[in-house]
Amino acid sequence: MIHIGSRTGTMTPMGQHDHDHDGQDVPSDLALRVKALESLLVEKGLVDPAALDALIDTYEHKVGPRNGARVVARAWVDRDYKQRLLADATNAIAELGYGGRQGEHMVVVENTPQVHNLIVCTLCSCYPWTVLGLPPVWYKSAPYRSRAVIDPRGVLREFGLDLPQDVEVRVWDSTAELRYLVLPERPAGTGQMTEDQLAQLVNRDAMVGVAKVGVPA
Amino acid sequence: MNGVHDMGGMHGMGPIEYERNKPVFHATWEGRVFALNVAMGAWRRWNIDASRHGIERIPPADYLRMSYYEKWFTRLLLLLRESGLVTAAEIQSGLADSGGPKTTPPLTVDRVADTLGKGGPTSRDVPVKPLFEVGQPVRARNLNPAGHTRLPRYVRGKRGAIDRDHGVYVFPDTNAHFLGEKPQHVYSVRFPARELWGESASPRDAVYLDLWDDYLEPA
Repeated sequence: MIHIGSRTGTMTPMGQHDHDHDGQDVPSDLALRVKALESLLVEKGLVDPAALDALIDTYEHKVGPRNGARVVARAWVDRDYKQRLLADATNAIAELGYGGRQGEHMVVVENTPQVHNLIVCTLCSCYPWTVLGLPPVWYKSAPYRSRAVIDPRGVLREFGLDLPQDVEVRVWDSTAELRYLVLPERPAGTGQMTEDQLAQLVNRDAMVGVAKVGVPA
Repeated sequence: MNGVHDMGGMHGMGPIEYERNKPVFHATWEGRVFALNVAMGAWRRWNIDASRHGIERIPPADYLRMSYYEKWFTRLLLLLRESGLVTAAEIQSGLADSGGPKTTPPLTVDRVADTLGKGGPTSRDVPVKPLFEVGQPVRARNLNPAGHTRLPRYVRGKRGAIDRDHGVYVFPDTNAHFLGEKPQHVYSVRFPARELWGESASPRDAVYLDLWDDYLEPA
């Protein structure tokens, strides 16, 4: 028998010990409590454990930043698609087969030589799951959430991006149900590349706005 | 609520800890917590706003100390108890109360792809007039509700301009407390960085927030 809630009776879980003295991993208190909760919910018929497996598999293997990279590459090679994407991102992204949870209402913002866009959620962890998957730890962390709005240029420098003063930085704080994706600048020297090759260049960080897409070697 | 979750503009949180090539879930239990939250949400005993408010109600010291999915676990226990889906005794013992009916989950494995694909749109196709128009100068109201709100502290009382009208959406301040959807327009509002942070900020930069009619007044 395990107490699923914290043993102190508050909302505070107990401290965890992830390693014993031999350095061997042992299940943390939290891992045991999660397991106990799942067992309880299955026993009550409240969840289907196979559905849990499918949910995890979806975000580990199927939905991730490769989706967003395909959207970006299409916009780079197809001027009409780019116009549709900037005017009505939700439907333009759906053209490539991506949509649904935490991508119901999409907005795409375009980086140019004059404008650099940066995405954040200061209040929680809002992020465009359908095109980028689940957010990385740093995006959800207090340092990023607190500083992205007050010191975006400092944050970008921390990511290795030092923007000239004459570039306008636009920070998009995801306070409602609109989910944002940055359309990065297409790097110079990629004129001969195919859409598939271009998609390979695009990474998550560039679509959040903390990096630029690098010029291929 | 003026909670520690409302972090925009705070100092002292330290450097950003970037991780390269990390898995989506750092441990098995994180994935299970994520999936349990999604699967239990399918019971529709709460909504996305109530769910966010569940995390905001974690005491501030715990909020800052806990990892992301630890907060999701804590929030799930809270919502399960408050909704009555699970009793305090069951959380205490880990065993189902005897005599409770065995139910059928709303999210079965065959429905996962379709459910995720549909998502949960919060726009509402109802005729609600916008109170503001694109280009109009506005001020974010100085509201300090004790309950859920999506109006961050750093923008309250500040002047901006309507950049675009996104259409009509559910209003989180009422929806989180099951007081109705109160659908109204949401706008992207542009606030110059200097309006928010003073003269040390760049004269070029701006922060855009998505704000509901009820958060705004003419300026």
